[in-house]
Order: sequence, then structure tokens, then C-alpha cells
Amino acid sequence: MKILGLLSLLATHLSANSVNIEENAGQFFSSGHTNNWAVLVCTSRFWFNYRHVANTLSVYRSVKRLGIPDSHIVLMLADDMACNHRNPKPATVFSHKNMELNVYGDDVEVDYRGYEVTVENFLRVLTGRLPPSTPRSKRLLSDDRSNILIYLTGHGGNGFLKFQDSEEISNVELADAFQQMWQKRRYNELLFIIDTCQGASMYERFYSPNLMALASSQVGEDSLSHQPDLAIGVHLMDRYTFYLLEFLEDIHPASKSNMNDLFKVCPKSQCVSTPGHRTDLFLRDPGSALITDFFGSVRKVEITMETVNLTDPIEQVEQNFVNEDLQKESYSYVDQLPVSEIIHQTLAGEDAPGSIVAVGGNGLVMPPVFHFYFTVTRHDVATRQEEPD
Amino acid sequence: MGLLSDPNRRRALIGLLTRLNAPICVVCYMAGVAWFMGLAFEPFTLRTYMSENAMGSTMVEERFPAGERALATGREFAAHKKKTGGMPVDWLVKTMQSRGLEVFTQRFSRRLPFPDEDKERYMVKGTNVYGILRAPRAPRTEALVLSAPCTAGDHNNQAVGLLLGLAQYFRNQVYWAKDIIFLVNEHDLIGMQAWLEGYHHTNTTGMDWSPLQGRGGSIQAALSLELSSDVVTSLDLVLEGLNGQLPNLDLANLFYAFCQKIGVLCTTQGKLQRNDWDSVSGYSHAVQTMMLMAMKQASGRPWGDHGLFLRYHIEAATIKGINSFRQYKTDATTVGRLLEGMYRKLNNLLERLHQSYFFYLMSSLSHFVSIGYYMPAFGLLGVILLLRALDLWVQLASPPPRTEDGVVDAEQVSSPGVLSVLTPLAVVLTAIAVYTLLPPATRARVFYCNPVCDVRRVSLCLLKAADGSGHGAGLEGAEAGGRALPGRAAGLHRAHQLLPGLHPGSHAGARGRLRHAQRAKVTRLQRLGDRCGSVRSLTSRSSSPPRRVLSAFVLVVLSPACTLLFSVFFFQELQEMPVSFLDGWMLYLSVISQGILDHALYGSLVYPLVALLVYPCWLLFWNILFWK
Repeated sequence: MKILGLLSLLATHLSANSVNIEENAGQFFSSGHTNNWAVLVCTSRFWFNYRHVANTLSVYRSVKRLGIPDSHIVLMLADDMACNHRNPKPATVFSHKNMELNVYGDDVEVDYRGYEVTVENFLRVLTGRLPPSTPRSKRLLSDDRSNILIYLTGHGGNGFLKFQDSEEISNVELADAFQQMWQKRRYNELLFIIDTCQGASMYERFYSPNLMALASSQVGEDSLSHQPDLAIGVHLMDRYTFYLLEFLEDIHPASKSNMNDLFKVCPKSQCVSTPGHRTDLFLRDPGSALITDFFGSVRKVEITMETVNLTDPIEQVEQNFVNEDLQKESYSYVDQLPVSEIIHQTLAGEDAPGSIVAVGGNGLVMPPVFHFYFTVTRHDVATRQEEPD
Repeated sequence: MGLLSDPNRRRALIGLLTRLNAPICVVCYMAGVAWFMGLAFEPFTLRTYMSENAMGSTMVEERFPAGERALATGREFAAHKKKTGGMPVDWLVKTMQSRGLEVFTQRFSRRLPFPDEDKERYMVKGTNVYGILRAPRAPRTEALVLSAPCTAGDHNNQAVGLLLGLAQYFRNQVYWAKDIIFLVNEHDLIGMQAWLEGYHHTNTTGMDWSPLQGRGGSIQAALSLELSSDVVTSLDLVLEGLNGQLPNLDLANLFYAFCQKIGVLCTTQGKLQRNDWDSVSGYSHAVQTMMLMAMKQASGRPWGDHGLFLRYHIEAATIKGINSFRQYKTDATTVGRLLEGMYRKLNNLLERLHQSYFFYLMSSLSHFVSIGYYMPAFGLLGVILLLRALDLWVQLASPPPRTEDGVVDAEQVSSPGVLSVLTPLAVVLTAIAVYTLLPPATRARVFYCNPVCDVRRVSLCLLKAADGSGHGAGLEGAEAGGRALPGRAAGLHRAHQLLPGLHPGSHAGARGRLRHAQRAKVTRLQRLGDRCGSVRSLTSRSSSPPRRVLSAFVLVVLSPACTLLFSVFFFQELQEMPVSFLDGWMLYLSVISQGILDHALYGSLVYPLVALLVYPCWLLFWNILFWK
């Protein structure tokens, strides 16, 4: 009797577990992203801007520790502090005074260095419009299931960020770049962190969906540096990033901290400036977005003895197997662009359906190119559905 | 209609100008003087602040340990200096090489225009020794200089010792981004001038030097050290350089910042800073400091070895250690730390110092006024000249028949011209006589004994001032004067007719060059006399004898010579070292000869300015005064 009761209890428990696992299986794919990327940019040069390089390198270190590999990180450092002539400890960049923590180490991969860090290169990386000769390490090869972390630091002002002491990127440009990324489906969700003076002005103009932004100071406030090291003679870190780093040191790949905790980093008492954030464009609730959704590359693994049935949808397709021949789409390459015909055409292109006749050579070329682009992308999307990644 | 083209309004303005001219001028003068005096009042000054971002707000940790060893090296240097009786070149070369520097020497020699006042030498020969500390990882494009002069006697030994101690400490550090040149120069300014000329491949003063074998790139900043005691009670910062040029204010700010950090007492112009700016004595202290700075700039001579760097756009200052009777003494290690900190900060520079002011007056090390604040005072004084000139012009323009007379009279000026020229000429002769009569009275102090030789030398100097400065780089004013002088002398034929009577006037006898100098002066006066021929009509108003006597007395008091004499006494008063009349007189004579010497050796502009501009203008006033 007891054994029967125990057996029934075990059966119900197992069935309940299997139901739980099925539920958990649903939760596996709740965030919607399948890969993580990070673009970390330090925009200032010169020895006295040591702290910006240290900022970027400490975020790089955290992001790498939480799982994003170097192939998915684009690190842009505008100046070489580790090998600067004035560095009393060559080949090191410290983030804590008394030389506690060397964030440079020997496994740092800098993708854009020195004078390569320009506004143009940064925007090209974001939008993907790089010349074909660009190596993979310098490209942001994200897709529509990528969560991207973008971290900017340097000197900024109301509505701009200074690059290399000679040019600026404005908040309008940045917003437009993100819109281009959205239109090209280059991100699933994007977290934008900026640590400069008046940083909140940089995210004021965003208008693309699924963006969340954090800044170290409001408009009219200066972001301050944290602590100088008297042996090196410069300030080592900025306050916001220092406390961000402290917060991130407590995060491990399985932690469940969410974005609301990130918003609480560095209150005014510690930072002197008022950090700000923007979540109105973010479609999910920030409380449901985990820190590791952006800062880490987490592969969820759960070991179970149960079998989870993932094949339910496929059964329906099997029933329609007979009719598949009729419904099957055949795929083929798009026709090559008839360049010579286009060049020698004098009037409107007959090939482009619904195209607008424009006077001039450019107008003639554009509609066929547009047509070509759209067929290519539709083709890509169609093939991708075959391979979940 | 515009303000000046409307005849009614113009007449009203002109009437105002002529009626109220004297009161306006007086008001302007008093306002100018009051403005200048008010500059020292602390609420009107700005606190000094660091403008250069690269030198930064953060301080470095100074770790220089070896002050005592530096003093021991200084004592060794003193012993070797006494043994060789000059610069111990071999010992210095060996010591610098043992500290790991690249050592080079430079020989130089200079023939003085007339013998020096205290050393009575014609020819100065010496050697500079300098060692270059190469930056371990940086390219050799920029350099910093630390120099200490090698003076005879018991001075500056500790400075050289500290220099060598710092060289050894700096050699062990890896963070230098610029080369550091440690220079020990002989004969103070002459040696420094030779080194700078050799370094920059220029030859502006006719010195003879051997070319430099080693160089370090373009010099960003330089400090000169003068330390004559083992312990100091305060450090004095000297900023004034050649022709009154000042280094960038950031250098003074850097020095002050480190003084505050390390806790050393720092002064400028030798005066301690006071906190009671609202009391009378505090305010007068600030005024004295500022006046001292202005007078030192006006003298045009470099007040430290750093003064010659400024001409090459290298920011430089001199730090003097002063040992007075105070309880709190600073040892050599602390001074070494201060210098180490300053050099680490200068090391961070990416460009030359240019963010802060180049023209300023400091009422203390923590307060300054920039040129935008002190120039209006001089502007007000200049407005007086403008008003007087306008007044004269208006009066000249008003009576039509008089202008014809003026034109006619100008042509006949040759006959009254002789009379008008004789008076200032007599004064010129007395001035030269003064020069020639001086040596018998003050032979040991001012000039060498032979009066004839001296007159020749003085006149040679005058000539040299006139045309020798033509090959000086950057001496545009003197060049213009120099080139103009022979031209004018050649261009006027009437001068020859006037001069035969001058022969017996010259004390030194018929020396051709002396006559040439006098002729040059005379022709200039002739030209000036021509120009003011029309002015005599105006001055004939003030022809009453007592008024003339009064004007003559005022003119004598305001002569360049008397002004210089008064300012010498005033300067000594400001420095709180008042002198008796005889000492003051000696000092005055030495100031004149030093001015001539400075011009010949380094290209100082004060002597040609006074001799060719101020002095003839003053002589012209006599001309106006005694016109019949």
C-alpha cells in the first residue's frame, strides 16, 4: 500500500517535473537573442586621458570574463597608454591605485587602434558598411538575433562626443546610425552606455525600437574622475565606470541581476553627477532583461533526465508531406545586374517594377540596384530560416 | 552728417579740445597713475591657476632621496674649482659620464667692448659643460634644460651639486619622454649666450664659440638654479629676462603649486607674501613687489641665467635659494623633490607652454594682473600725447597767414639754424665730457684709467650700437636706428658747413670717429630742427624768463640721466636696501656701463632706445624751449 502510494507520488512528481521542464524549455528562449556582441570605444588620446583607456579596458575585461569571445568584441582604443613614453610601468594599464589591477594584461585584442578610431570608422562598424578588404576582427557581424553592448567614453558635451581631439560625433548621427542598424536588422536589442560629461544628451535623440541607454551624467553636469595614482601621476578611472566595474565584478554567468540593478549603480552620492537612463524604446520590461543578456554570452545548459518533446510543430508538417511538392519553393540565384544595359540606357529602366523615372544617370542606376538589393535580402531571409543558430 | 564732417560739430569739438586740453591731460595722467597703483589692490587681481591641461591637476609622488650626497658632490666641485681657478672641466666631464649622461663641452671667447667694471678684463674665455640624459623610449625630438652657473668664489656650489644629484636620480627613471640637458655654464650670462647660440645655430652677438657636438631636440622649458647654501629658508623665483620678456605664467604657477604642495616658503622679487591685503602696509607691500617687477622689466637686462632663453621662445625661470634668519629651514632633499616634481610635470607637456599669459605683473606669487588690465594705465598716458598733438595741430591750422610765414621761415632756417643747434650740441658735448671726466674721479669702479681710450671706446660703442646692431636678429628698432643714422649723416650737405667750429669742442682731440658720431647726432638734430621750425611760432608765447628758467629746471629734472638716477635710488628703496648718495652714484654709473655692455653682449634694446630715441627727443625740448 505504502509502496503504491510512493509510486503514485513518484509518478505524479515525475509528470509534474516533466511539465515543469516543458515550461522551463519555454523559458530557455525567452530573451529572443542568440548571440552577443560588444563594441567598446575609447575616443580620447594623450597621456592625461589615461582614465578613458582604463575605463574601456575594464569594461572589456568584464565582458570577456562573462563569456563574450574576442571575435565578438570590437575594441577601439584611440591611444596607446601602455606603451606611452610617460608610463612608469610600461605595458600596463591600471584601474585601481597602488597598481592593484592591471587591465591590460597579455590577452587584450585591440581591433581599432590609434588614429583608426574615427567617427567614420565607428559608424561604418555599426552599420556594417566596410570595404571588402576589412578583416573579420574589425567587423560587427551581428544579425537580427544579436544583443549588442555599445560602450563609449571620452570627452563630450551637450549633444556631441569628441573623437581624437579633432572631430565630433553628434547625437543625431548616432541615432541615425542605430536606425540604420534597425532597418538592416543588425540587432535584436541594444544597450548603450556612455561615460562622458553631459552624457545624457547623447541618447536624447534615439528613435529606434529596442534600445536601452545609460549615461553617467545629465546635461549640464560633468562626469568626474575617480582617483589619481601618485606614482603614475594621472587619474586612473572615471567614477561611473569604476562603480560599474565594481558592480560587474559581482556578476557571474548564472546571476539573475536585471537592468533595474544596473540603473542603481553609482548614485549621486558616489558619482557626484546624476547618472541617467532611458528605457522608453525598449519593448521588454527592463526588470526582465538580465545583465548577462548584454554583458555576457550565456549559453544556458540544464541537465535533465527527462525527455522534452520539441517536435510537436514538425508533426503537422509531416501531415502535409504529400502536398509538399506543390508548395515547395524553388530557390535560385538572382539575375546578374545588367550593368552594361543600365549604363547605355537613356530613359527609364523597364526592369524595375514600380520604379520612379528620374532624370540623370544616378536615377537610372538606383531603381535596378534597389530591386537587386531587395531580392538578395529576401533570398537571405528565406535560407536562414532553415538553420537555427 | 558725421561727427567730424559736420563743420558746426567739429568746431564745437575743437573748441572743447583747446579749452579743456590742460585739465583733460591732468585728469588722464592722474587716472593712469591711479589705475596702475590700483592694480596691486588684491580684489582687482586674479589668483594664479594652472592653465595647461597636460600639466594637469594631479600631482606626482616625488621620491628624490639623495640630498646629502648632492651636497657632498657640491663640496667636491668647490674644491676642484678652487684648484683649477675656474671651471673644473675634466672633473665635471668625468662626474657626468659616471652618472650615465652623454657629456659634451663647448669653448667660447668674447672680446668686451670696454673692460668690465669689477673684473677689469677685455677678453672673456670659458668652457661650458653639459650632459644629455636621453629619454629611454622616446625619440629625441624635445628636451628640457636644468642649468647651474659656475661662478667664481664660494657661490653656487650646492647648485651644481644638486644638479649632479638630480642627474643621477633622473637617469634611473623610465618615464622621461623628453631628453634632459644638464648644463653648467661658465661666466654666467656670457657662457649661456654662447651655449644658446651654438644650440640654435645663430650668431647674433659676434661671439666666438666652438660648435656643439651633441644636441637634444627643441627645448620646451628650462630652469636655472642658484643655490649657495646647504639649507635654505625660502626659494625665490626670478622671471624677468632680456628686454623685459617674461616666461609663460604657467611656469610660475607650476612653481607655486609645488611650493604649496611640499610646503616650502616661496617668494618673488625677494619679498614674502602677506595676507593682510586690506591694511595699508599690506597694500604697499604688494605695490612694491609690482613696481619692482615693472622696473626690472624696464631695465632690459636678464636677471638670471634664464633670461637669454626667452628670446628663443623657450619658457625659462631662475630659482634662487635664499638663506635668511628664519627658524624653518628646508634641506637639499626637499629642494630636489620640488625640482623633480616640476620636471615630471614638464615631462607631461605635449606642446610648448602657451595656454597662459605671456604679459603679466605679479603682486605676489599667488596674484597677478594680465596685460589687458595694466595696459589701459599706459594707454591713458599715451592719450595725453595724442591730446597735446591734436591741440598743436589745431592751433597750427587756425591762422592762415602764419603758415606762409612758417614755410618761408623754414627755408631760411639755416641761419637761425646754427644758433638753434648750438645749444643742444653744447649739451651733447657736456654729456661726452661727463663720460670723459668720470674716469679720473672713479677709476677703480667704472671705467679703466685712460680717458682717451675710453672716449674712443664709448664712441665705438655708440657707433656699434648704431650700426653694429644691424646684424642682430630681432632687434628691429635698433636696426632701423642704425641703418638710418649713416644715411642721414650722408644725406645732408649742410652739416659739413656747420661743423668746422666743433673741433676745439671735443675733449679727446681730433679723433675722426668721434667727429663722425657727433656729426651724426648733429644732423639728426638738424632734421628735427627743420621739422620744428614751424613750431617756434607757438613757443614764442612762453618766452618770459622766469617761466623759461622754471621749464629749464623741470627739463633737467626730467632728463633721461636724472630719471635714471632717481630710479636707481627708488629701486634700492623698493628692495629695502637703501643706499647712501655716493654708493647710489656708483651704482648709477655701473648701471649705465652695464646697459652699454648688455647691448653689446646680448642685444639688449634699452641702451639704443634711450640713446637714439629718448635722448634726442629730450634735446629737442631744449631746442623748443630756447627758441628766439
